Amino acid sequence: MLAALIVPVVARLRYELGFILALAGVGLSAAASIWSLVYVLDNGTMHYNLGGWAPPVGIEYVVDLISAFVAVIVTSVATLVIIGTRRWADREAGDRLGSFYGLVMLLITGLVGMVVTGDLFNLFVFLEISSLAAYALVFLGGGRAMLAGFRYLILGSVGGSFYMLGVGFLYFSTGTLNMGEMKDILTDDATARSVQAGAAFIFAGLGLKMALVPMHLWLPDAYTFAPSSVNTLIAPIMTKVGAYAMIRMFLSVFPDGYLKDVVPIGDALLVLGLIGIIFGSVAAMSQKDIRRMLAYSSISQLALIAVGVGLGTPLGLVAALLHIMNHAVMKATLFMAAASVRFTSGITQVADFTGLGRRMPFTMGAFTLGALAMVGIPPATGFFSKWYAVQAGIESSQWIVVAVVLVSSLLTAVYLFRILESAYLHPLQPEPSHGHDVPDGFGETEQELALEAQAREAPLDMAIPTVVLGLSTVVLGVLNAVIVINILEPGIA
Amino acid sequence: MIDEIAARFPYWASGVLIAVGLYGMIGKRSLVKKLIGMNIFQSAIILFFIAGSMRDGATLPILLIEDGHILTPVDPELYVNPLPHVLMLTAIVVSVAITGVALAFLIRIYREYQDLDEESLLKKVR
Repeated sequence: MLAALIVPVVARLRYELGFILALAGVGLSAAASIWSLVYVLDNGTMHYNLGGWAPPVGIEYVVDLISAFVAVIVTSVATLVIIGTRRWADREAGDRLGSFYGLVMLLITGLVGMVVTGDLFNLFVFLEISSLAAYALVFLGGGRAMLAGFRYLILGSVGGSFYMLGVGFLYFSTGTLNMGEMKDILTDDATARSVQAGAAFIFAGLGLKMALVPMHLWLPDAYTFAPSSVNTLIAPIMTKVGAYAMIRMFLSVFPDGYLKDVVPIGDALLVLGLIGIIFGSVAAMSQKDIRRMLAYSSISQLALIAVGVGLGTPLGLVAALLHIMNHAVMKATLFMAAASVRFTSGITQVADFTGLGRRMPFTMGAFTLGALAMVGIPPATGFFSKWYAVQAGIESSQWIVVAVVLVSSLLTAVYLFRILESAYLHPLQPEPSHGHDVPDGFGETEQELALEAQAREAPLDMAIPTVVLGLSTVVLGVLNAVIVINILEPGIA
Repeated sequence: MIDEIAARFPYWASGVLIAVGLYGMIGKRSLVKKLIGMNIFQSAIILFFIAGSMRDGATLPILLIEDGHILTPVDPELYVNPLPHVLMLTAIVVSVAITGVALAFLIRIYREYQDLDEESLLKKVR
């Protein structure tokens, strides 16, 4: 059937070499997933039986509103990022460019597969496909990235194995792997201890993949030392899909309320999420390297998603899903801007951002939009998901959620405005990596002018995707009511 | 207690192996030993799945057909559950792939630093 469009398009192209083909592959799958979102909006959920076997026997792909929504986010953000990081990929992958793009396609195949699958074990397979590609991509960074990549591999495999163990428990108690059927069986009878154990193992496994707080150790190193073309790609979408899988467990595997009332996983997510929000923000404040700072900020934002899921109310889930989209767009903007800055000037330290606002107006403009969205200034996207999270908190009288979300906005402002302040309010400094020779005797202003003459914006094909992403934070923010009413609320109901 | 363990021996064994694997990954400093720990961990899960599909006195789930007549009885009680075996084939492929990638990583790391001890490596790369 029609959902099949997404997967084969990606799958067929994953061995293709080169930027153009990779771009065509992602672009096509983005188009396919947007089309399938429209289709689902009109006609309801799509089902596709792999190999023609009917669901309980065969593997089923299910595209409902929510998975179509997440697939659109993943593929369209990936498209923009691949365009934007082409120059980085050229520089970093060198003569292995073909296999680099092969891995990128493999990663996206895995992620899209995780989103559309309706089978628990199939989810595991796609999870490992995307993770393997991500390990290898991180490892390409060399030096410390190799160690970070190895650690990511060990921890990621533990996460995957825990997930598989949990699926095993569920399979032996229900005799099915299909998500829909699993839910039916568990709704009738879910008292078995083994089901509870299974739920706990799945929670631990997916928690590792989405870098929930005590299990986040792989993330900062992996994001910091990975090649710029890679961290820009995996930071916005990789952990989001882990979060999506967690939401899927709540929505379509376990019966309504099971994960809150019978097994206290909702509470665990809530508590770990609240700790994570604060921890991530505080850790981000003390980082000097912008990539590391953004990585810790990712932990904090993912924790916000976890809180939304943990509340378990429809409003909480809306907040979580909306934040998946928002954070994908915002983080892509910020990482893209950071990558562009590093590309033109080699700057990675926050302290060196002084005066960049004048030298790279478009890139830093987009960075500003992304930062404002992260903090949650109204027209930009971040505001709305936080708004829903706060509302959900009030609704279920979890006042601590309200407090923590508000405080986290403040902390986010602290660490992001630090960069904006030095980028816009401080005078230009000589570029540290190039060390221009300004002749002696020049006054302060002449020195500035001399540098301003050399002011360089990032190359156009890097600047444009960055700006598009930055603007989309605002556009999506304005359009958020449309998204919530038409896609998310019916999707959750 | 002993009877209990003996009756469900494969499950206890896989539980113990999981613990051993986790210890290897967390407690050992050598990256190779971490990898071995991970492999033990994954094998334990495979054992768990296979043990779950077993049944006393059951046989292969194959129907013998000769001249259109089914020779073996069609009674699900007599067969082991084949699905976990199939799943575990996939899982084995996945774990082989992961091990392969990890070993490639280790070779690269060793060529660069002539060292596979985590703590001294961390000092070297800084």
